[in-house]
Amino acid sequence: MSEILVLVDHVDGSVKKVTLELLTLARSLGEPSAVFVGGGVDGAAAALTEYGAANIYVADADDLTGYVVAPKAELLAKLVAEKSPAAVLIASTAEGKEIAGRLAIKTNSGVITDAVGISPDLVATQSIFGGSTIVQSKVTTGTPIFTVRPNSTAPEAAPAAGARSDVSVDLSPSATAAKIVDRVKEEKGARPELTEAAIVVSGGRGVGGPEGFEVIEKLADSLDAAVGASRAATDAGWYPHQFQVGQTGKTVSPQLYIANGISGAIQHRAGMQTSKTIIVVNKDPEAPIFELADFGVVGDLFNVVPQLTEEIGKRKG
Amino acid sequence: MKIVVCVKQVPDTWSEKKLDPSTKTLDRESVDGVMNELDEYAVEEALKIAEATSGEVTVLSMGPSQTTETIRKALSMGSDAGIHVQDDALAGSDAIATSLAIATVLEGRGADLIIFGSESTDARMSVIPAMVAERLGLPQLTFANKVEAPGDGSVKVHRLTEYGYDVVEASTPAVVSVVEKINEPRYPSFKGIMAAKKKPVEVVTISDAGIEAASVGLGAAWSEVSEAAAAPARAAGTIVTDEGDGGVKVADYLSEQKFI
Ligand SMILES: Cc1cc2nc3c(=O)[nH]c(=O)nc-3n(C[C@H](O)[C@H](O)[C@H](O)COP(=O)(O)OP(=O)(O)OC[C@H]3O[C@@H](n4cnc5c(N)ncnc54)[C@H](O)[C@@H]3O)c2cc1C
Ligand SMILES: Nc1ncnc2c1ncn2[C@@H]1O[C@H](COP(=O)(O)O)[C@@H](O)[C@H]1O
Repeated sequence: MSEILVLVDHVDGSVKKVTLELLTLARSLGEPSAVFVGGGVDGAAAALTEYGAANIYVADADDLTGYVVAPKAELLAKLVAEKSPAAVLIASTAEGKEIAGRLAIKTNSGVITDAVGISPDLVATQSIFGGSTIVQSKVTTGTPIFTVRPNSTAPEAAPAAGARSDVSVDLSPSATAAKIVDRVKEEKGARPELTEAAIVVSGGRGVGGPEGFEVIEKLADSLDAAVGASRAATDAGWYPHQFQVGQTGKTVSPQLYIANGISGAIQHRAGMQTSKTIIVVNKDPEAPIFELADFGVVGDLFNVVPQLTEEIGKRKG
Repeated sequence: MKIVVCVKQVPDTWSEKKLDPSTKTLDRESVDGVMNELDEYAVEEALKIAEATSGEVTVLSMGPSQTTETIRKALSMGSDAGIHVQDDALAGSDAIATSLAIATVLEGRGADLIIFGSESTDARMSVIPAMVAERLGLPQLTFANKVEAPGDGSVKVHRLTEYGYDVVEASTPAVVSVVEKINEPRYPSFKGIMAAKKKPVEVVTISDAGIEAASVGLGAAWSEVSEAAAAPARAAGTIVTDEGDGGVKVADYLSEQKFI
């Protein structure tokens, strides 16, 4: 069976859910091999094996993670040359897309970003123009490279061999030209990650201030959800910027998105429009966000949201 | 310091975007074009750096003839000169071909910094800056929300990441892309608009740049769209007015949908 390379997205060996989704998707296209870059593979191998990685290629040289993007693209280019895979799958994060772009140039291959599905004959489905148009596209040159949006495939376990081997690459001088001298981690707390969460509860300007976000967080916690925010809220400093949903924030596609005090500007919609179910709480019946709502309440979020949180608590027992 | 800032003309954010049924590429004729709003931040950052280092800013844009409007806007904000990469053979170029054209035109122009926006609002790929860095073999400092380029051959940025930010250092020449948190783009002044009319804009065709027609345009794309269809419309939802029981009603809906 043809080999499919899957670049593992992980933090110090803790594998992101999107990687398990990519492995699941890769199994429908061929035989997945996981490419693990950085330290911590001992903590990752079990999950990768359980979700179907026949091989795990491990590259843990410090150089590979000490510079911006280019080293990972060089490593993948070398593996593409050696293994002649049928396709390469990478998570559609900002960095994932950059790796894919550089890899495409290095390997003279076409690249498709933000796929939400890939068929066994390697036709990708993309949702464009903020979800208004669905296109099917195919790579016609080289080794098809896809970046796939988180939450596009339900991860399913199917244990495979998970045979580990070490791989390395001699980096070119231009790959080591942009050096990462410090990594600053901002507090993320115990909630699920925004792009991976099954449920996202968001707040906008209607939340009124940083204290207002407590109401949003309580609702989120009652549903084991991630918290998101509109740009109005992050710009005002009410909530950290990495929680911004929208064109210049994260793109989310959860099972359930609850928008509270958000008007539904086009830039916000661009990041949440493909959510499966959308619930809206807004006091203005004319707010454009209601156009997307599966269920909406015209009302003050400070009345509706706490009551909802309390009700969920009761029903969950 | 010599700075080139790359901007794209895109359909106005609020206009309805459509694919041309025959070529399955964006129908750019039917909508008003504006400067990609995320590129305004790139122009602003370029102008700030140039002001601090007595540098000069050249704006580069690839696109059809109307693209001059976007170049003029960047000039009226204060950029010194323009390069308009324009050729019918470029129509329908994908990211691979666009990055090839931009990189080829940039080659030999001696830019110390090449500044991009973080994403074009129509293509939404966010890959051109990384691809241009790859092609030119230059350091990639992308998704910056802070740029320090004092003009001494060094450049340092805060690159936004999934977990916070990375501090990244390189020497110039370098490729930078900026996010919209970085600054507040200025509005062109009346004086700026008048001055822009006299600023030079060089038109570059693919043969001027030494690009082969076969390597760009729709025919050269390394991926193709086979089908395009409007997404199924969202079914109209249920909207209720809160009469003191709004929260309970949402909970009922969530129970029905098996979320709780
Ligand atoms: C280049 C660019 C990029 C952008 N990127 C993004 C992005 O990534 N993400 C993003 O979100 N935005 C983005 N924006 C901003 C976007 O255009 C909007 O300004 C923003 O989304 C508005 O946020 P909001 O809906 O929270 O605020 P508003 O539009 O002010 O809406 C607040 C809403 O809250 C409601 N409300 C007020 N009080 C209450 C209450 N007590 N109870 C219930 N409802 C209440 C109001 O009726 C109103 O509908 C971008 C803009 C630009 C120019
Ligand atoms: N046709 C173009 N001409 C000049 N710059 C462009 C063009 N297309 C994209 N860019 C630049 O590349 C950035 C990222 O675009 P994209 O990869 O299309 O999302 C934009 O913000 C622009 O700075």
